[in-house]
Amino acid sequence: MIETKQLVKTFKNGDVVTSVLKGIDFKTREGEWVAIMGRSGAGKSTFLYQMSLLDDPSGGEIVIDGHNTHSMSANQKMLFRLSKFGFVFQDYALLPELTALENVALPLLMAGLGKWVAYQKAVAALERAGLGHRTGNLPSQLSGGEQQRVSIVRAVAHNPKILFADEPTANLDNESSARIMEIFKDLHKGGQTIIMVTHEEQYAKLAQRIVHLDDGRIVSEEKR
Amino acid sequence: MMPLNVRIGFFLALRALRRASLWTTSLIIFVMVLTFLNLVVVSGILVGLLQGAIDQTRTKFTSDVIVSALNDKKYIENSQNLIELIETLPEVESITPRYREGGILEANYKARKETDKANTAPGQLVGIDPVKENTVTGIAGDIIEGSFLEQGDYDQIVLGHYLLKQYIPIETPSFSTLENVGVGTKIRVKVGDVTREVTVKGILKSKVDEIALRAFMVDSQFRSMIGRTDGNVTEISLKLKEGANPVAVREALEQRGVDRYAKVQTYEDAQPQFLKDIIATFNMLGNVFSSLGLIVATITIFIVIFINALTRRKFIGILKGIGIDGHAIEFSYVFQSIFYALIGSAVGLGLVYGFLVPFFAAHPIDFPFSDGILVAPADQTFFRVGLLVVSTLVAGYIPAWMIIRRNTLDSILGRN
Repeated sequence: MIETKQLVKTFKNGDVVTSVLKGIDFKTREGEWVAIMGRSGAGKSTFLYQMSLLDDPSGGEIVIDGHNTHSMSANQKMLFRLSKFGFVFQDYALLPELTALENVALPLLMAGLGKWVAYQKAVAALERAGLGHRTGNLPSQLSGGEQQRVSIVRAVAHNPKILFADEPTANLDNESSARIMEIFKDLHKGGQTIIMVTHEEQYAKLAQRIVHLDDGRIVSEEKR
Repeated sequence: MMPLNVRIGFFLALRALRRASLWTTSLIIFVMVLTFLNLVVVSGILVGLLQGAIDQTRTKFTSDVIVSALNDKKYIENSQNLIELIETLPEVESITPRYREGGILEANYKARKETDKANTAPGQLVGIDPVKENTVTGIAGDIIEGSFLEQGDYDQIVLGHYLLKQYIPIETPSFSTLENVGVGTKIRVKVGDVTREVTVKGILKSKVDEIALRAFMVDSQFRSMIGRTDGNVTEISLKLKEGANPVAVREALEQRGVDRYAKVQTYEDAQPQFLKDIIATFNMLGNVFSSLGLIVATITIFIVIFINALTRRKFIGILKGIGIDGHAIEFSYVFQSIFYALIGSAVGLGLVYGFLVPFFAAHPIDFPFSDGILVAPADQTFFRVGLLVVSTLVAGYIPAWMIIRRNTLDSILGRN
């Protein structure tokens, strides 16, 4: 489903070149839940950003559903992200001037759904996440846990093939984190492919496979 | 059906505006209103300053159409026939025939010693029918001292204020005025070989030079002074009925051959060339100021939208990250810019037509040579609204485009 071949990412700052990813070969299959772990600076998030086409790698290949993304234009990548990916960011990344309902409906509208259909779908998805009473609230009126749940609902409302999550519980208390992980478990049960970066072992253990990164390389894999 | 990107852009813009800080929105709209006023009012006042002079000349001197003696003649031949002809025209509401001759006014002659220089002032002496004159030009309302002439006011005179030193305290050899002359003062009037002592009945103040430099007497006495027993006048001002076209009246008179023995001019034709030149110059200046105003507006909106987009760079990155087309985001900023321009223009239009134009009409700006009004023709104003919207649209698009083309991840993470 998603495969990286000798994936390299370097950052250049003046004459200083920093290699963050040093040739990563990685493959995941449909419906799999993969947790990526590693110490700070290991390259976990950078690896996630390359796979999710939010950033362009410096070398190597990314193949998604048989499409080599190297030759894709920015517009094609944008369409790919819209139709096949969902994102959950550490800081929720909700749009502050949109209500919970509008945040969820926006990608659906962009996908071409009519406003009424998009809103119906968004309401149904929010209700499933226990946020039916928060549809009209702005992000600033929601707790951190609620915001992250809205963020997850937004990420999966359009049935993406892959859900990328970058430290989804990093800013949450234990109770909220547990609730978020319950949602992930449910999504996975429903066949959702999940690639999640985390530094919390207890949540990583929920995944089928844990990939350990260090110094820009995969140092170990743990199947569960 | 609107294209998807436009719809999404509108969706985002509407919500951004609806949930923006009221103070921020108000401030931006305030800036747009000021910009609009700068565009319309500055040039409008410049043009209005001259329009005031033109209006005054039309109202107080030429009226809508003026028929005057040919350049090589002292009077209009067959004036009485011409007056009869004019009075048959259906567009004409009222007329005032005038006799005019250059003359010398002299004051303080009784107290003057033989060795003293005479206190004289040259002026245009005008014989009028006070009732007809006032009906056409209403100059009785411009009397600032004493009163206006009445029928039968023999040996009485009304002086324009430019003839009196207390109103024009300018010492110049080429422009002499009468000193110590007020209402009730006796002065001498000399026209040709005829000299007559008259009493100043009133002083009128006008911003129309032709009026301010004139001295008025009743026509019956003036006619005998200049020996114009045939009743041939020097000029006739025609006030037309509401809505009548001065050009049509001029053409009607020309068709009847009046132009063979008199000069027929509309108030516009009679404008002095220097005034026409100044109007052209002021129009050009107005356009320069408007263009500068437009540039300021464009830069203002550019800065506002740029700062807005820059502070929202992370959210722009998120929008791109979740698959929202960059064009849709650009449209949202363009719509916001247009909103600010339209609301600013709407408030500006309300201020201009609801307050400023009527205010300046009722309380003109007191310029030395005109009562300045605010001229804001609807077609020109709406053209400027259009210019403002277009320039704002461009000014909104460019910064949005600059921010949107940045790397998506850099925007999300706030990296430079």
